[in-house]
Amino acid sequence: MFAFLDQEVWAIIIRTMIMTLSSTAISTVLGVPLGLWLEQARFPGKTLLVSVNRTLLAAPPVVVGLVVFLLFRRFGLFGALGWMFTMQVMIIAQVIIITPIICSIVHTAAARNGDQIRSFALTMGANQIQTQILLIRELGNEIFFSVVTGFGRAMSEVGAIMIVGGNIRHHTRTMTTTIVLLRNQGEIDQAIFLGAVLMVIAFVVQMTGNFLRKREQRLDENF
Amino acid sequence: MKRKLILATFILVMTIVLVACGNNNNDEPAMPDGTEPAPIVGSIVLATTTSTDDSGLLDFLLPEFTFETGWEVRVISVGTGVALQTGRDGEADVVLVHARALEDQFVADGYAERRYDIMYNDFVIVGPSGGSIRHNHDVEATLMTILQYNLPFISRGDTSGTHVREMDLWMVLDANPEDNDHYIESGQGMGATLGMAIEMDAFTLSDRATWLNFAYHADHIIVCEGDSNLLNPYGIMIVSTTREPEGARTFVDWMIGARGQHLIGQFGVAEFGSPLFFPEAE
Repeated sequence: MFAFLDQEVWAIIIRTMIMTLSSTAISTVLGVPLGLWLEQARFPGKTLLVSVNRTLLAAPPVVVGLVVFLLFRRFGLFGALGWMFTMQVMIIAQVIIITPIICSIVHTAAARNGDQIRSFALTMGANQIQTQILLIRELGNEIFFSVVTGFGRAMSEVGAIMIVGGNIRHHTRTMTTTIVLLRNQGEIDQAIFLGAVLMVIAFVVQMTGNFLRKREQRLDENF
Repeated sequence: MKRKLILATFILVMTIVLVACGNNNNDEPAMPDGTEPAPIVGSIVLATTTSTDDSGLLDFLLPEFTFETGWEVRVISVGTGVALQTGRDGEADVVLVHARALEDQFVADGYAERRYDIMYNDFVIVGPSGGSIRHNHDVEATLMTILQYNLPFISRGDTSGTHVREMDLWMVLDANPEDNDHYIESGQGMGATLGMAIEMDAFTLSDRATWLNFAYHADHIIVCEGDSNLLNPYGIMIVSTTREPEGARTFVDWMIGARGQHLIGQFGVAEFGSPLFFPEAE
């Protein structure tokens, strides 16, 4: 079907990166503020909301895929958009899967260190906005870790995007859905190759994360 | 109190389990007219394709065969290529597959004395009802219309038997399906591909059994069927190296004989209103 790194394989890798980066970016914008807010806000039903978030953390991607499929299918609630089997709907499914992950990690970190940081800000006479900025800066490592975790999950996910994306060649075929297809065709060598490329990308992302964090710590020390 | 409840639950569960087991033991085969099953004389190995097994055909036929003749049949259900290889390796006594060229080669190589026609099933093109293509029996015209008018068509694109047949059909037309902007490859199984075709208002090539088994047809119908180019013939062969020549002979004779052929034609009629396989032996 493919040569090892022909144009189609490159297109699949690039498509996978576009999808994963988009869904991670959207989930970060949603998940980080939500996690910080969940820690600070006091309202009835908060415990329930935290529980719901933790449940979504464990939601099987195929179930998320099925729900998104039902919403976006032709006769579904958002069927008029005509987004079924497109990149948009794959990103939506991934956002639903990884936002709870990012939100949950940020929330846990904020719950551990939030009070300390806030009282420090108070003693320094910081206003509300300055306090929030300090909070995000102090929790930088944890927030970064949450984003890398979300990215990894988005990249490795296959169940949901297979259902809503349809694995359409040249359109919605990604690295993981290609691996499933190759395995079904008995093309194990090529499947292993793509699997290895996925592992390398995961490794590079993780190492970049480490490097940035170390540099940040060093900067802090010099400060 | 709590302990009593647990004990009562335990007894209830055990009773259900025992009753269930008891029922299974009573599941002896018996003909309606009260005839006794033939005593078991031996067993043979049948290598066949997943389609005959997944469709439930063998579950329908084999108990009858064993009941009448006393021969048990152990089924290895794999792809056509692997089924034939199992025969070459001497691991199977009978092979039942659907790839005419490969079967003829099998006979030519001396692995079987001859090939018998046994049955065929067929492919159908399904698509939206009330669309630009009406129900017909001309696969070439149907595919040319799809190509010329850029109608959406979903190909399996996974080198399965169905995909290979689709490619053959385009080749006969000397057409390149990818000239159609709305020709897409799903790379998924037949069921998933049918689901996508229904969702996207597209055409696709399916085997009849999977289409009939697919639970949700929506507005889709069979738009093309019955063309000779859509037929999918199955052949049955006794492997030359069989260790049970008598059992293998008995099985093949029964399958291509009146009894087997009648049952093949009956399979699926009650559930789908149409047979899934059509008997074809002489």
